[in-house]
Amino acid sequence: MTAPAYFCGVDVGASATKVVLVDARGNAVGMAVNPSGVDYDQTARQCLDQALLEADLQREAVVRTVSTGYGRTNVSFADDSLTEIHCHGVGCHHHIPGALTLVDIGGQDNKVIRLDDHGRRVDFCMNRKCAAGTGAFIEEIALRLDLDVGDMDGLAQSTDDAVRLSSFCTVFAKTEILAHLRTGVAVASIVRGTFESVITRVLEMDPLDGTVALTGGVVAHNPTVADILSARVGRTVEVPPHPQFTGALGAALVALKQGSD
Amino acid sequence: MSEDKKPVIKKIQSTGPMRALMGEYFMELDEAAKTGSAKVAWCTSVGPAELLRAFGFLVYFPENHGALLGSSRLASDLIPAANALGYSPDICSYLTSDVGSYLKKQTPLSRAFGMETVPKPDVLAYNTNQCRDVQDWFSFYQREFDVPLVGVDTMRNVGDITKDHLDGLVGQYKALVPVLEEVTGTRLDLDRLREVIRSSYQCTLGWKKVLRIAEQAPSPITFFDGTIHMGPAVVLRGDDRAVAYYETLSAELEARVADGVAAVEDEKWRFYWDGMPVWGKLRDHAEFFGARKACVVASTYCNSWIFEDLAHDDPFEGMARAYTELFIVRNEEFKERYLTNMVRDYGINGLVYHDSKTCPNNANNRYGMPQRLARKLGLPYVVFQGDLNDLRMYSEEQTRTQFEALVEQLHEQA
Ligand code: SF4
Repeated sequence: MTAPAYFCGVDVGASATKVVLVDARGNAVGMAVNPSGVDYDQTARQCLDQALLEADLQREAVVRTVSTGYGRTNVSFADDSLTEIHCHGVGCHHHIPGALTLVDIGGQDNKVIRLDDHGRRVDFCMNRKCAAGTGAFIEEIALRLDLDVGDMDGLAQSTDDAVRLSSFCTVFAKTEILAHLRTGVAVASIVRGTFESVITRVLEMDPLDGTVALTGGVVAHNPTVADILSARVGRTVEVPPHPQFTGALGAALVALKQGSD
Repeated sequence: MSEDKKPVIKKIQSTGPMRALMGEYFMELDEAAKTGSAKVAWCTSVGPAELLRAFGFLVYFPENHGALLGSSRLASDLIPAANALGYSPDICSYLTSDVGSYLKKQTPLSRAFGMETVPKPDVLAYNTNQCRDVQDWFSFYQREFDVPLVGVDTMRNVGDITKDHLDGLVGQYKALVPVLEEVTGTRLDLDRLREVIRSSYQCTLGWKKVLRIAEQAPSPITFFDGTIHMGPAVVLRGDDRAVAYYETLSAELEARVADGVAAVEDEKWRFYWDGMPVWGKLRDHAEFFGARKACVVASTYCNSWIFEDLAHDDPFEGMARAYTELFIVRNEEFKERYLTNMVRDYGINGLVYHDSKTCPNNANNRYGMPQRLARKLGLPYVVFQGDLNDLRMYSEEQTRTQFEALVEQLHEQA
């Protein structure tokens, strides 16, 4: 009897590295996330070890690995690598079959990927050069407000009153915030305004027709962002389970498919 | 999918003669500027070169210098000097790199041809058919060198070219003549002008033939090769040596086609490039696509030096037409039609749009064109943010990811 085979997906993002292990049926059996740090390969290994521990597996159980994300070419144990555009599509389609528009808000970039009924990509676009509207923007604002990033979602949820941040640029937005603070605007309103501004940047990328799904680290840590997007598009935006792991899951599913071909 | 092995990039043998010809061209300019053996005119790339040459000027093109500053990556060090003088980082980075090069007294021509400096002008001639930046650019040098500045202000966003357009333009071309006569101390010889125009037209035909050979699959030449080999069509049109060069080059490419030799080994995908090249990344981009068996076979850019309307009985009307028929001068409907035809002629699988930050004039993604064409043609595309010369505007990682995703999409659909 041969030992059951498992497949690994590694998503080395600009801020976090994620690993997902799937079994031969595509079920996730282990996952791990760590800050990407400076040594991507090392971080990827560390994530793999944690995911193996969670799944109670040995390294030998993993028969194929696919990497994705900005650091995809730095993962020495990967058998293949594909872009995060591809892997996010695969990962999202796994949970939400059918044609959809996928919005991924990551640490340093945003992606809008349109998939057809079969999960094939129709087209995609990425944010312009500036990190405004990405996770990095939220982190910068948290820093300016002297808040822990983990406290942002609670604050945003606590109010319906959002200040309007109109600047494209992160630095200018921080200056705008200074002006709001001076006039005594509540911090919660500024945080909610920050989330609103992230969504505004996304809505500038694509009309977001049809079913919309939201993935990435930002919505994983700040579910309020999905509520705001739902309100703005006028229908419920779907969030797959573990939205931060969508790319890594997609990579693992690609590994599974390649391994079975 | 990631392909790290170096692709086999098939070297074009005519590159040697082309470099020699470009060397000759620059040495002649250097000599003329140093000894006064001939007058030197500076001209914008799609400016009235034929008229200048008919007067016996040796013609120098600052935009060609701009491209050299980009490909040698000197631009990044030079642009800030122009920025500091009030030339915004948001305007043409050919302009800012070239002005920076002047201010800092650095030119790639020193290393390439031993030239101390670019050849000093006796007259400056522009045409705003491509953008307004060229006029501001040449105005800078007019103040610096205190030489006459002449120009043609061409209408932009032109649909059909009408008699009204032409009448205005012909008048403007004719108005250049007295100034040029004054600078050279000679009268315009109309027969000579006709001869130069005939030669320039032959050059157009030769260059067009080269570009059209890429309709063959596999293509014997890439867009990236084209950006190098178009040198003579840009700087030596109106000089028979350019005509002879394109005969040499097309013979080589035709032989490649006959022998089934591809520019990109195992060509699988054929791409169209719209917008400027990223000069400092030309080789990287060529290798990136080559490694993925993708040949960028055609571009708006390389086709910008085709002036078929030069063949006209009246030399002035010929120039007026030729320098207005260009893609960059035309309206959105014309451009959409043009791209549609290119996609058909070259058997294109996907389009790459370069949204160059400092040259909106050559970026065709800003008014919904990629989306409209994708709906019409059903082809995948990518729009990447970058710049012709200012690498501060370019993100390596984002660009590579987007290029790669485009190739993946084709694999997925295959
Ligand atoms: S067309 Fe673009 S690159 Fe050329 S001179 Fe004008 S702004 Fe510069």
